Amino acid sequence: MSTPLVQLDQVRFGYGDHDILSDLSLTVQRGQVVAIMGGSGSGKTTLLRLIGGQLRARAGRVLVDGADVGGMNETALYDMRRKLGMLFQFGALFTDLSVFDNVAFPLRERAKLPESIIRDLVLMKLHAVGLRGAANLMPFELSGGMARRVALARAIALDPMLMLYDEPFTGLDPISLATIGQLIRELNDALGAASIVVTHDVAESLSLVDYVYFMADGKVIAQGTPDEVRASDHPFVKQFINGEPDGPLPFHKPAAPYAQELGLEIVRA
Amino acid sequence: MRERFIAFFSGLGHPFTGALIKLGFATRFFLALLRHSPMAFIRFRLTIREIWFAGVLSVLIIAVSGLFIGMVLALQGYDTLVRFGASSSLGILVALSLVRELGPVVGALLFASRAGSAITAEIGLMKAAEQLSAMEMMAVNPMARVIAPRFWGGVISMPLLAAMFSVMGIFGGYLVGVQLLGLDPGNFWSQMQGTVDLRFDVMNGVIKSVFFGIAVSLIAVFEGFDAPPTPEGVSGATTRTVVTSALVILGLDVILTAFMFRGI
Ligand SMILES: Nc1ncnc2c1ncn2[C@@H]1O[C@H](COP(=O)(O)OP(=O)(O)OP(=O)(O)O)[C@@H](O)[C@H]1O
Ligand SMILES: [Mg+2]
Repeated sequence: MSTPLVQLDQVRFGYGDHDILSDLSLTVQRGQVVAIMGGSGSGKTTLLRLIGGQLRARAGRVLVDGADVGGMNETALYDMRRKLGMLFQFGALFTDLSVFDNVAFPLRERAKLPESIIRDLVLMKLHAVGLRGAANLMPFELSGGMARRVALARAIALDPMLMLYDEPFTGLDPISLATIGQLIRELNDALGAASIVVTHDVAESLSLVDYVYFMADGKVIAQGTPDEVRASDHPFVKQFINGEPDGPLPFHKPAAPYAQELGLEIVRA
Repeated sequence: MRERFIAFFSGLGHPFTGALIKLGFATRFFLALLRHSPMAFIRFRLTIREIWFAGVLSVLIIAVSGLFIGMVLALQGYDTLVRFGASSSLGILVALSLVRELGPVVGALLFASRAGSAITAEIGLMKAAEQLSAMEMMAVNPMARVIAPRFWGGVISMPLLAAMFSVMGIFGGYLVGVQLLGLDPGNFWSQMQGTVDLRFDVMNGVIKSVFFGIAVSLIAVFEGFDAPPTPEGVSGATTRTVVTSALVILGLDVILTAFMFRGI
């Protein structure tokens, strides 16, 4: 078996004093589409930034295509990112460029192509996300779902070897959702690439992906193929798939007791 | 009690260490900026775009302010010179004040508030909207693609704007001195030409404006890049650009003028 495209090995990371990720290990092989699921604030976006080298792990190793991202200097890091495409959670379109120029941006910056070929490529990518008709609009003229689809077109513009999608399905209607899901799969298979999809959309992703990781408390707490996940009796997985409010996954971020914070309860020393 | 004591005294030093840390960060930022500067010249179109936004769009305010300042200089100068029977030297007074001092300094102050603040706000908002982050992930370095062209656009624009300020000011002085107060135009121009020295007056003014251009542009791009990614963060950074620029311009002016002082 060839080296995995992405491998995280006991990664620890935190922004402030306490760790968001404490002991995270996962593997993504070439050709795989892998879903990462976990509660809000469990560190999924953080995980993608670690893979992209925007954050550095405090301990453990992040390997992309066999190379340790944490040990890279700036030049090596930018070379590694040439293999990446990332869809940001909030799109992050360039607001001073039109939709067309946004999608053309990576092509113009990184590939020395004649303008006529760039034009064709951009229109192809926009067509794939169903927004060829929006090519001349500015980002502020787009709806939230449209902006995310443009961002998706921009992320796949250079046919990257590794795609990172941060919640590609939020804000999409059911029709676009199915189409985008299919696009992610087809793109991955056509390029022989690997994709990591961070998502909350259980139904869509289970029909789409090859493997699922569940994250909680800074660790992978459950994993498996979609069939294994459906059959799982792991309490966390069951709660997540069925969307039950009570279970091992708390809805609330840890805080002082509610009644006490509202001043309804006398605190006894 | 003891903890409070320690907290109080370490709190005293905090503004100082905070400023020192920021200064260190700014220095590293400047070095990285220089390292990524070649792109701003290889793809000079990027820099030209910034010269347009920072420089060309500042022309109007610079020209009008220069004209007004020149007119006021002529009015005030005439009032003084005429008491010594030296009103024919008005041209010299106006030209020297502008070329050596007011062109570079007032020009830079206006440039900081017109263009510097805009640069800071733009970069800060790009950062807040994760646009710089997205660029990094596309393997496009924002330092080379966004920061360096804006910096060099400002550095190139500043001396040109200062020169324009001085020219418009001299024209304003001419309007007031010759057209309004009735001085002899031949005298006005020939005295000016005879006295203003290219090496010591004009060049020194240009050197000042180059220094101011570097200072204002660096402050503007740094504050934008360093801004907390929130609306308050960006608004605070914009204010800091204008305030810090003004202080740095005036402080640098004292130092540069002292170096250029010949004492004759
Ligand atoms: N820049 C930052 N500085 C400090 N803390 C941060 C920062 N970004 C995220 N965090 C914290 O890290 C934790 C994980 O954040 P992250 O954005 O990775 O969550 P997520 O899993 O992507 O959540 P969501 O599903 O809501 O997008 C959160 O508790 C958040 O408060
Ligand atoms: Mg997230």
